[in-house]
Amino acid sequence: MPAAGVVMIIAVVLIVLALVYYLVSTIVALQRITNALDDAITGVVGIIEKSAPVDEVVTSINTNLDAGVDLLEGLLVKKAGLSDAVGLVEGLYPGAAAEGFRNFPESKTTKAPRISEVYTKGTLTLARLGREAPIAAASPNGPALRNASYGSTAARILYPEVRQTRPGSMPRSPIIGTDSPVQYEPSESPGVRKRMPVAVGAPAEPSAETGGVVKSGLAFLRRLKSDDQ
Amino acid sequence: MTLEWIGDAILLLVVLPVVVYLLRGVLNAANSIVPSARQIAAAATAGSKDLDATALLLTTQDQVQKTIEVAADYGGSLDVILDDAN
Repeated sequence: MPAAGVVMIIAVVLIVLALVYYLVSTIVALQRITNALDDAITGVVGIIEKSAPVDEVVTSINTNLDAGVDLLEGLLVKKAGLSDAVGLVEGLYPGAAAEGFRNFPESKTTKAPRISEVYTKGTLTLARLGREAPIAAASPNGPALRNASYGSTAARILYPEVRQTRPGSMPRSPIIGTDSPVQYEPSESPGVRKRMPVAVGAPAEPSAETGGVVKSGLAFLRRLKSDDQ
Repeated sequence: MTLEWIGDAILLLVVLPVVVYLLRGVLNAANSIVPSARQIAAAATAGSKDLDATALLLTTQDQVQKTIEVAADYGGSLDVILDDAN
């Protein structure tokens, strides 16, 4: 065989070897790709299956929430009036008045009363429930109805009258202890004293064993009757 | 004879390098796809796991419906108790 033929055979063999090596490597790589894509397809199918009911459920939730918003907005505007309603919302969520109510487009242009500068949230709730007068509607553009930092009258009048304005008129707290001027005995039945308390040094009531409970009970009924009248 | 040597030279110096070059390009491209495909598979698996909580949307749906019903009842009572502003 001539040398040129041998070289040609060697060249062809080299080419075939190169083809085999690279093609087999490519096949292996493509198999890896196929396996990875199978995993991806499995995951994507899971995503599709799990997200299938999301649209229906979210639509239902949004529908219910829309109904709730409509209900609460309508009730607030109906009971408080548009101006006070905007003021209340602005007081609870500063800046929310600019967005207005969804079902009341005119609320975007309504001037919100400065309710939050005058009253606290709790006071707003109490005032809204207890009074029908619009709060701060008298001077929405004027000064605050009271100084929110230092004024306390508006808050104090929410509490019982005597305790805030005339604390001196309240009865003194009883003095207790073994040295107290008035000695109390433990009662055998709740709400009924064994005998009326006696100040130290005062003469004791006669027949405490027989008539003490009856007398104290009568005195209690008498006081109860006078309170009712 | 000379033509055979020329053919051998072309096979060794032209055809073989060209074949190797082309096949190496195909192999490199295939190998570069493998990590991307694995990342896609990992992302799809993670996304599928993240959506496991979508079943809770049914509970949310029920809770929202009950909440709105309670709010509607409460609003109806308030509508009766409180006078209208106007």
